[in-house]
Amino acid sequence: MEGDIALGMKYIGAGLACFGMIGAAIGVGNIFGNFLDGALRNPSAAPQQTGNLFVGAAFAEALGLFAFLVALLLLFAV
Amino acid sequence: MNYFFGGAAADDPISQFKIKSLLDIDIGGLQLDFTNSTFWMIVGVLLIITFFTMAANRKALVPGRLQSLGELSYTFIADMIRGISGEEGLKFFPLVFTLFFFVLFANMIGMLPFAFTTTSHIAVTATLALMVIFIVIGYGFYKNGFGFLKLFVPSGVPLALIPAIFLIEVISFLARPLTLSLRLFANMLAGHIALKLFAGFAVMLIGSGGVVFIPVAALSFLTGTALNGLEFLVSAVQAFVFAILTVIYLNDALHPSH
Repeated sequence: MEGDIALGMKYIGAGLACFGMIGAAIGVGNIFGNFLDGALRNPSAAPQQTGNLFVGAAFAEALGLFAFLVALLLLFAV
Repeated sequence: MNYFFGGAAADDPISQFKIKSLLDIDIGGLQLDFTNSTFWMIVGVLLIITFFTMAANRKALVPGRLQSLGELSYTFIADMIRGISGEEGLKFFPLVFTLFFFVLFANMIGMLPFAFTTTSHIAVTATLALMVIFIVIGYGFYKNGFGFLKLFVPSGVPLALIPAIFLIEVISFLARPLTLSLRLFANMLAGHIALKLFAGFAVMLIGSGGVVFIPVAALSFLTGTALNGLEFLVSAVQAFVFAILTVIYLNDALHPSH
């Protein structure tokens, strides 16, 4: 009985961890949206900034992936 | 065949990452098996060597298709390093070039059916990230001496704040190998789980026999196909991000004061 509750809680926790993706989605959306905003205003300066664009997106996305990792840890490691 | 290649026959999305020993090697109690991960890493390295040997083979003044591809990849990495840390950073060109192509080929080979994605294991990515960070620390102290510690104390900070800033900077520096390895590993892991989930869902629905499920199965299959395209993009972008972050971290060792 107690084990069942713990198992259920584990799945609920893994599901809750998925909320972390909201933040990552907002962050990545912000980065690409602002990049397009700036790139359309000054297209000639855009190509030099694609490196920064992907680094920024990678940083934002990594934090969403940590949420995914927490979910995986809950499901398989705890 | 399935024994040799990844776990394509298995049903659940995790078993594709299973490491299988192809050849048991035991040296003095140390387990050094030749695994499927080792096999696909060697395939990747051999492919890289073959590609660049063939590209650099002809040395034509007017480059052919293969040679231009080789030259393009060379200038791509060289320009990236020059843009971030100047001509001085070019001494790290071989390292960054090797890292980029190793990760790129490992990711791309992982996209082949039945192949194994070596970068979907934290052991592989953590080894690469730790190597980068130890090179940064070692070269930073070798070149700047204790001046390397200026990296942790930004200029223009009030004296009272220096201990706190120092602590924060040290922690953020120590988090770098963690995030560098986790980013690549989690991206590949999550991407391949998603591919397997959508493909497996379509098969499961058709297998359940209900005719009503066929449109849903088709939808799931099409989503999986679209995700495959996205995963190719992710493979290339993650290799690029790994390389560019390596250059940014190496730049800290070259020019520690910011």
